[in-house]
Amino acid sequence: MAREAELRLREQLSRLRSLPLLRGARLSGELARLQRQLDRIVEESSDEEIWRSVELARHPDRPYTLDYVERLLEDWFELHGDRHNGDDAAVVAGLGRFRGRTIFLVGNQKGRDVKERTRRNFGMAHPEGYGKAMRAMELADRHGFPLVTLVDIPGAYPGLTAEQRGQGGAIARSQALLARLRTPVVSCVIGEGGSGGAIATALADRVLMQENAIYTVISPEGGAAILWRDAGERQRAAAAFKPDAAHCLELGVVDAVVPEPEGGAQADYDEAARLLGEAVAESLESFEGVSGEDLRRQRRVRFRTIGQVSATR
Amino acid sequence: MSERIDVSIEHKHAPPEDGGRPHPNTCPGCGSHYRDDELDANLRVCPQCGHHFPVHARERIRQLADDESFAEQAAELRSDDPLGFFDLRAYTERLAEAELSTGLGEAIVIGRATVDSLPCELAVMEFGFMGGSMGRIVGEKFVRACESAAERSVPLVSVTASGGARMQEGILSLMQLPKTVCAVEDLHDAGGTLISVMAHPTTAGVLASFASLGDVLVAEPGALLSFTGPRVVQQTTREKLPDDFGLAESNYKHGHVDAIVPRHELRPTVARLLRLFANGA
Repeated sequence: MAREAELRLREQLSRLRSLPLLRGARLSGELARLQRQLDRIVEESSDEEIWRSVELARHPDRPYTLDYVERLLEDWFELHGDRHNGDDAAVVAGLGRFRGRTIFLVGNQKGRDVKERTRRNFGMAHPEGYGKAMRAMELADRHGFPLVTLVDIPGAYPGLTAEQRGQGGAIARSQALLARLRTPVVSCVIGEGGSGGAIATALADRVLMQENAIYTVISPEGGAAILWRDAGERQRAAAAFKPDAAHCLELGVVDAVVPEPEGGAQADYDEAARLLGEAVAESLESFEGVSGEDLRRQRRVRFRTIGQVSATR
Repeated sequence: MSERIDVSIEHKHAPPEDGGRPHPNTCPGCGSHYRDDELDANLRVCPQCGHHFPVHARERIRQLADDESFAEQAAELRSDDPLGFFDLRAYTERLAEAELSTGLGEAIVIGRATVDSLPCELAVMEFGFMGGSMGRIVGEKFVRACESAAERSVPLVSVTASGGARMQEGILSLMQLPKTVCAVEDLHDAGGTLISVMAHPTTAGVLASFASLGDVLVAEPGALLSFTGPRVVQQTTREKLPDDFGLAESNYKHGHVDAIVPRHELRPTVARLLRLFANGA
């Protein structure tokens, strides 16, 4: 069962090994971590390990989008508002310099303390948030800058005004816009990749996932409530949904797993940011010289062929 | 709508079936109860109060397409079980049961058709098949419908009735959102048209993907069209929700659909749109 994932990880390993040495001396640590991941995946993650990913992905001290922005981008200029209804603090968008070149960045943003958590609505975006993200996508495309999206959303906000302002349509149109871009798009799930709210900004040329992030069609609690008729069965639901990075890699949903510092990203923000930066830089490099038309076509093919079914039951 | 259809009301408030659930032929709007043939003769719309009962995919195709014009495609595709999923029952068991009860291989039927002699591609969802949920095969068949429409340069008419992504396929079901979105974008790039008809219910992952990307969005009266259902919104926010929460009428009021079309007018409306998009041909 784990063979495909193994192949993918091996590919990732060999790619890392072939990187020019100027990437820094600490690359060897990364290799060791990948090797450990590889060992783990060959054995397949246990139910306990999956639940540990869920807990780490939701860890209150886990670095959020702006923690990475602070460490990876210079001259960050944040954009505000969807130019229509308002400014959604659960989504940040802006531009800055990443390793010497201008990029646009969109990310979900949770709050750290009670006040900020409320202000940022626990990271649950409204349609205005997707509107703001779409502004950044359009700007990146118009000016030919790469787009990076960081995904960390428990789910789209289940509220009355969100529905009245067309949440479903907003998520659909955000994906459609990403499918049209002629500029490279790299996404990384950095915490919770919660359902429609997550995929709204994750239709990318390369989709990365941090080692302890999760990517789900429904939260374990929601799935447990519907399928087991008991939200208390969330661990069982998580084990069944397999939202952890190793399984997402195996299923071909993500292209590579970004290692985290020992113990999880919350243990060392700087190191987590460095590792994420390496992965993003490597991804962006791989799209250099590819025409906008080709990028767009390959991006659509990528999603056309995910989980391709060849046989019939 | 020209002639009245003669129906007898067998008895009001038919006794609930076992389990206390109302009989599927009892109108939730006015409590009238009908025989199958009575409802079918009226396109499964309550003659008393106009409530729109659910329509099975095959019946919907009969209602929309010209007689004998429908040629099904990809009927042989069946879902497998990528995660080995087991909740209270095995996913494979649920699939087998759904196939038995609906007579369909999956929750969507696609194929070539003509409507009022105008050629088009149809993609019609079946709510009776695991809540019309979208897994890999539903996504795949919708994509094939887009490709077939583009190849033949005809519009695609989709009729959705879905609770969203199929949870039993985990993250792969979420991937059907971008997959179908990309297919609509390809269709649009090829100059194609998508007419999206949203029946009750069109929610969550289907609303948040291809259903919302139609060139024209048409809804059936009373259809629930919301990303999150009223119960979850109520539980999460403890807000008092308006009676028309998420309904087609509320979506129309807020500018999210172009028209609410009663079922008796759906076929002529689709034909009119097909004609207009074909530039009067």
